[in-house]
Amino acid sequence: MLDRLLSHDRPRSRWLAAALLMVVLGLALAPFLFPGAKALSVAAKMLVFILLVASFDLLLGYTGIVSFAHTMFFGIGAYGVAIASTRWGQGWDTVLLGTAAALATSLALAFVIGLFSLRVKAIFYAMITLAVATAFQTLASQLSDFTGGEDGLTFKNPEWLSPSFEPFENPVLGVTLDGRIFTYYLLFVAVFVLFLALLRIVNSPFGRVLQAIRENDFRAESIGFRTVVYRTWSNVLSAGFATLAGALLALWLRYVGPDTTLSFEIMLDILLIVVIGGMGTMYGAVVGAALFVLAQNYLQDLLKLGATAVEGVPVLSQLVSPDRWLLWLGLLFVLSVYHFPTGLVGRLRSRHR
Amino acid sequence: MSLAEPSSLPTSGAAIPKVQFDWRPVALLAAVVLLAVPAIGSTSSWLTLTVAGVAMGLIIFVIASGLTLVFGLMDVLNFGHGVFIALGAFVATTVMAGMAGFAAQGGFQAVLVVFCAMLVAMAVSGALGLAFERWIVRPVYGLHLKQILITMGGMIVGEEIIKMIWGPLQIALPLPDALRGSYLMGEASIEKYRLLASAIGLVVFGVLLWTLARTKVGLLIRAGVQDREMVESLGYRIKQLFVGVFVAGSALAGLGGVMWGLYQQNVSAQIGAQVNVLLFIVIIIGGLGSTLGCFIGALLVGLMANYTGFLAPKVALFSNIALMVGVLLWRPQGLYPVTNR
Repeated sequence: MLDRLLSHDRPRSRWLAAALLMVVLGLALAPFLFPGAKALSVAAKMLVFILLVASFDLLLGYTGIVSFAHTMFFGIGAYGVAIASTRWGQGWDTVLLGTAAALATSLALAFVIGLFSLRVKAIFYAMITLAVATAFQTLASQLSDFTGGEDGLTFKNPEWLSPSFEPFENPVLGVTLDGRIFTYYLLFVAVFVLFLALLRIVNSPFGRVLQAIRENDFRAESIGFRTVVYRTWSNVLSAGFATLAGALLALWLRYVGPDTTLSFEIMLDILLIVVIGGMGTMYGAVVGAALFVLAQNYLQDLLKLGATAVEGVPVLSQLVSPDRWLLWLGLLFVLSVYHFPTGLVGRLRSRHR
Repeated sequence: MSLAEPSSLPTSGAAIPKVQFDWRPVALLAAVVLLAVPAIGSTSSWLTLTVAGVAMGLIIFVIASGLTLVFGLMDVLNFGHGVFIALGAFVATTVMAGMAGFAAQGGFQAVLVVFCAMLVAMAVSGALGLAFERWIVRPVYGLHLKQILITMGGMIVGEEIIKMIWGPLQIALPLPDALRGSYLMGEASIEKYRLLASAIGLVVFGVLLWTLARTKVGLLIRAGVQDREMVESLGYRIKQLFVGVFVAGSALAGLGGVMWGLYQQNVSAQIGAQVNVLLFIVIIIGGLGSTLGCFIGALLVGLMANYTGFLAPKVALFSNIALMVGVLLWRPQGLYPVTNR
């Protein structure tokens, strides 16, 4: 049963299994284990990033394509929900309609970009997508009638998911169940299911072909696979999952702006997570996203402690200042690319053997 | 590369057929400039915009030339090129703040201070380039995927270190008073600094062309761009050559950073990431690896940005992308494609 659920791609390491179990249980019980608005936000962000990064891993880790346009699809999903909800009022139908419209846009866009530029070298594709993503971000901030410009859009969720919705009078297990918690569990279930779907995809014969293309596209082509078709499919699928992640983020934040979905910083975050977590291992996305989001939110506090400890030491105090958390993650990233190309997950798996 | 005809080189013996200079991209540039006259209407605003566009284009060229050469020579695309730009600009803020008193003494001193800042910025960026090549790029030669990732990581770390030294906020990089203001030519006003920037850009272009076309090192670089293995098998150490090109490219990026910072009059650590997209567009338009293509591409981008900014500000934000798409539809390999790729 579990085997089928995981598409026969087991963690293959006791430590990894433990880590995954911890993340899943922690996220499943987050509203009860870690009360408070901030903790819940962190957990929700983790969920969204797990899906987003896993979808990017399909592209980078499994197919070997570097794309910088992943945030564009993420943004399309978020804006789809936001625009539909502001235009046509709150409700489930508008959310679904917005998501569907966003999906259609993303898939079409990914198909066109893929078909046009996946024939060329990896570097060329990376540059083209970077340019397209930048243009899209500019577009989103310029079409202010439609997207709210730099200010973004604030909208209302369907009633069940709005914070003021409280169906039960008494708290359950010490927590008042409100719309926020329902939204959180909607996210949890959606991410869980979609992640398993991604796992299914990469472990299917289709996924094997993608890996073959990553390892040696020339050979894959000469065996008889049309690499352009497979690459385009991979691009389209990954864009679709990223769009869904964006829609989920919009539902959680009830706000969409260029900075929260389209900015280049998010693209860098995704890259950092994929590489540190482990390219080409879906589980890397889970472990990486969990660690990264934790670091983003709590490493600063930790560094603050360190900074007070070494206050007065000229260079050292600068190095551990709480604003420099990205420096440490960047260094970790560079080291990961060199020394652990398979990231944390690869490390854990090789320990086991 | 059609930078220089073989006839200008000491070829011995048999006559090599002369390479036809491909004038069409140059004609495109001229056409853009000329077509802008009726579109804009008044000659004076056209002149102002053209000078602004040329200045911007030349600054971009200075930054992008190193990137395109490094790519052409070693197949390394440095996504972290932006760090050198930012570093150069920040070093310039320090130098110019330190020499502010001297710069205020007069026009000549002001120019001297600007040059001084540029030299220091070039030295520092070049030194960083040496380290970057050694620690970041060298271990991943030939691995494209890793190169993209690692140079991206290098940029993140570099940006953070810059923030650590100069602080995370935007810093003003004011022009010395003597360089402010503009000359009036008829009704057209031409900013002094733009003239200076154009002059520097042209000098850099001239020196680069001369080095590439007339010196032994340039010959080796051009040969290396065409066919690396052949040059190696003739007994030249192309890796060392490459280190030199990388350092020179980084130094040029630092110089470009100073020019860009003075152009914008402020500097932030994100400057590199912002310019990166522009750079990629330029070197794609030019044909990856081609210096002349990079020059034409940079001028096209600079001019288009200024013309469309005047005619239709909303469209201006997409003028670069439109330009790239247009050029690639015309010549999928860029304006001056490098053979053997």
